[in-house]
Amino acid sequence: MQLIECPWCGPREEAEFSYGGQAGVAYPADPAALSDVEWAHYVFFRDNPKGRFAERWSHSAGCRRWFRAVRDTVTYTFEVTG
Amino acid sequence: MSPRPPGADLPEHPDFLWRNPEPARSYDVVIVGGGGHGLAAAHYLAANHGITNVAVLEKGWLAGGNMARNTTIIRSNYLWDESTAIYEHALKLWEGLEEDLGYPILFSQRGVLNLAHSLQDVRDSVRRVEANKLNGVDAEWIDADEVRRICPIVNTSAGIRYPVLGATYQPRAGIAKHDYVAWGFARRADEAGVDLIQDCEVVGFDTAGDRVTGVRTSRGTIGAGRVLLCAAGHTSVLTDMLGFRVPLQSHPLQALVSELLEPVHPTVVMSNAVHVYVSQAHKGELVMGAGVDSYNGYGQRGAFGVIERQMAAAVELFPVFARAHLLRSWAGIVDVSPDASAIVGRTPYENLYLNCGWGTGGFKATPGIGWCLADTVATGEPHPYVAPFALDRFVTGALVDEHGAAAVAH
Repeated sequence: MQLIECPWCGPREEAEFSYGGQAGVAYPADPAALSDVEWAHYVFFRDNPKGRFAERWSHSAGCRRWFRAVRDTVTYTFEVTG
Repeated sequence: MSPRPPGADLPEHPDFLWRNPEPARSYDVVIVGGGGHGLAAAHYLAANHGITNVAVLEKGWLAGGNMARNTTIIRSNYLWDESTAIYEHALKLWEGLEEDLGYPILFSQRGVLNLAHSLQDVRDSVRRVEANKLNGVDAEWIDADEVRRICPIVNTSAGIRYPVLGATYQPRAGIAKHDYVAWGFARRADEAGVDLIQDCEVVGFDTAGDRVTGVRTSRGTIGAGRVLLCAAGHTSVLTDMLGFRVPLQSHPLQALVSELLEPVHPTVVMSNAVHVYVSQAHKGELVMGAGVDSYNGYGQRGAFGVIERQMAAAVELFPVFARAHLLRSWAGIVDVSPDASAIVGRTPYENLYLNCGWGTGGFKATPGIGWCLADTVATGEPHPYVAPFALDRFVTGALVDEHGAAAVAH
């Protein structure tokens, strides 16, 4: 089982963590101004790279805090970025 | 006298089922992805529309991706009309496919049980059965005693964590031998003149305005009149090259088989609540699948914890499996869409068609989607069965929301 380095708790088994998907998807600054296409992209469309991917993770069965990581979606190499 | 080497007296290698041609400079239709969907589309382009100047490009070997990794379950008992239409179209084609392809595919209509373990499961299941009946799909609700009669090895005792309260039953559902299905389609497409080009990875596209004019590959640039993407988990890699987005996330989906056993399991059993699905292949392996690994992944492997949970569920439902040995496990890369339905049809490029988002359930659709893709590419208009699955539904909001609605483990 892969070990993930929680920034607060140290290395723990991946089963303790929950996946939060792509990092850095900000809520629209002016929601009322968005077109249907822009809303669709905010709600449904996320990057899906083969390779390095900036993601959100939560140590849900531990300290329950969120953090960011850059993970390689091919090798599954995990790099916590805070 | 030197001893004869081992193997010298073995029979001749059987004839290959298809040629292994060099790519031509251009084709009327280029299909990216030599899995089940791409091969089926090629077959029906030739058989139904007389379009044979076609290439199927495969970055590895034919049918070596998800077509080699699925759990071969075929059924059409989905909740929504749009899903039922395409899957039932596929099931009807499955029923005549061996004859159409002139090739054995070991299609076995042994029925599928979708177990219900809670009152909400029961209500959802009964609702789905009624929806299926209205759509002309064979379906019935059966109680736990009937489950035991159809599949005696299911643990229907009341004392387990998730007791079996009943099940939906689709007798016409079943399994087929996935490799033979791919080979049957490939053989027929090849006979019709389609070039099946392996070891040919797409590395880019040539475009002119809103048209794709060529496909750049590891074996040179190939001109294309029309292009059809059938690349499943790698679709996003292609659409990134083309500069438009699709709402897909690629996940590892694991499956496994046991050692070969005597026939013990007469049907297909699926359970959403405990999340495992099981059948027994013709050779005798128990074939089991579960849910996807939670994170995006293009590595064809997943976490051990997923397999462990799946086995716990399988052993509770089938105590007789407890002493079976695991033979091997593997993962495919599945392209999951926000509403757990496929994304098929038009793209921002006028002559580029999309077929993706089948997620964990694409195998069962193989002949049906191949048929509809061929029609769509030949006429330029989405076939009525795929029209509801257009990319623009994520803008209009007309989703085909099969999450949790259709026994969505596949």
